[in-house]
Amino acid sequence: MSVTPDLIREKLIAEIGAIHVDVEDTSPNRCAASFKVLVVSPQFEGKPLLQRHRMVNNCLAEELKEIHAFEQKTLTPEQWEKKKAQ
Amino acid sequence: MTDGVFNQSERRRQKRDPIAFILECLYSRGRSLRPVSYFGEALWRLLREVSNVFETSFNLYQTLQTCTMNSIMRTAARCLRSGAYRTAQNNGELLSVWARLMCSSSAVLKTLEEMVKKDKVVVFMKGTPAQPMCGFSKAVVQILRMHGVDSYAAYNVLDDQDVRQGIKTFSNWPTIPQVFINGEFFGGCDILLQMHQSGDLVEELQKLGIRSALLDQEKESK
Repeated sequence: MSVTPDLIREKLIAEIGAIHVDVEDTSPNRCAASFKVLVVSPQFEGKPLLQRHRMVNNCLAEELKEIHAFEQKTLTPEQWEKKKAQ
Repeated sequence: MTDGVFNQSERRRQKRDPIAFILECLYSRGRSLRPVSYFGEALWRLLREVSNVFETSFNLYQTLQTCTMNSIMRTAARCLRSGAYRTAQNNGELLSVWARLMCSSSAVLKTLEEMVKKDKVVVFMKGTPAQPMCGFSKAVVQILRMHGVDSYAAYNVLDDQDVRQGIKTFSNWPTIPQVFINGEFFGGCDILLQMHQSGDLVEELQKLGIRSALLDQEKESK
């Protein structure tokens, strides 16, 4: 089963309580399956960047085996609201 | 099984059938030891195949307390090299493949450990700082340059498949580039970029005794 943006979104919502997920398929820019995701989740609260990114990596461990390039931005709901206001 | 505490029956099973015991422990801790690399998966496959062939004596207790893939592989390699074992004739080949894999992967991991500790800032990337071969690796090089960090160790993973796979197991991180600061995994391109944008990178470098070039730029403009 190939990795799709919807699959990524569903997993992030289900496993790390994401309240907002943007998934961009950047594969056309590169030669293999690549994605750029923005994840907003209250579970990121109080966690340093590396820990947040590891949470996402663990959630998508199976999918990452097939993904060639992966970019991620992890925000708490508060950070997300601030960003939207800019 | 709870973390670091084995009860009596578990200890008995550990003595009687160590390989099956490792398998069980790996299985029950599957989440944290999810194999995301060649080494992890090969280890998994071989462990299953040889589990009914080997009989060795070793103590996994300490290893499983820290329970990282690295330490389990290192312990298993040690046991293979030093332990007493019986194998049937037709399994001799399996044994040598297994032993070779464990020794080589254990050796690679040991080397990686030395590599990340040798220099303050270590980058595993695609290509070289002078000629990066991927956009993310290029971004890492550019950010470091902006901060005036130019004496760092850079390893081109495209030159060595063992390093390319090994570093992913080592840091339990699925992608390249990877930045290590003071022997510890710092993050990939995303993290470096965000820390740079937020100003946190200047602080991190300061902790290492590296004065970021951006601080001098600010001074000049004032």
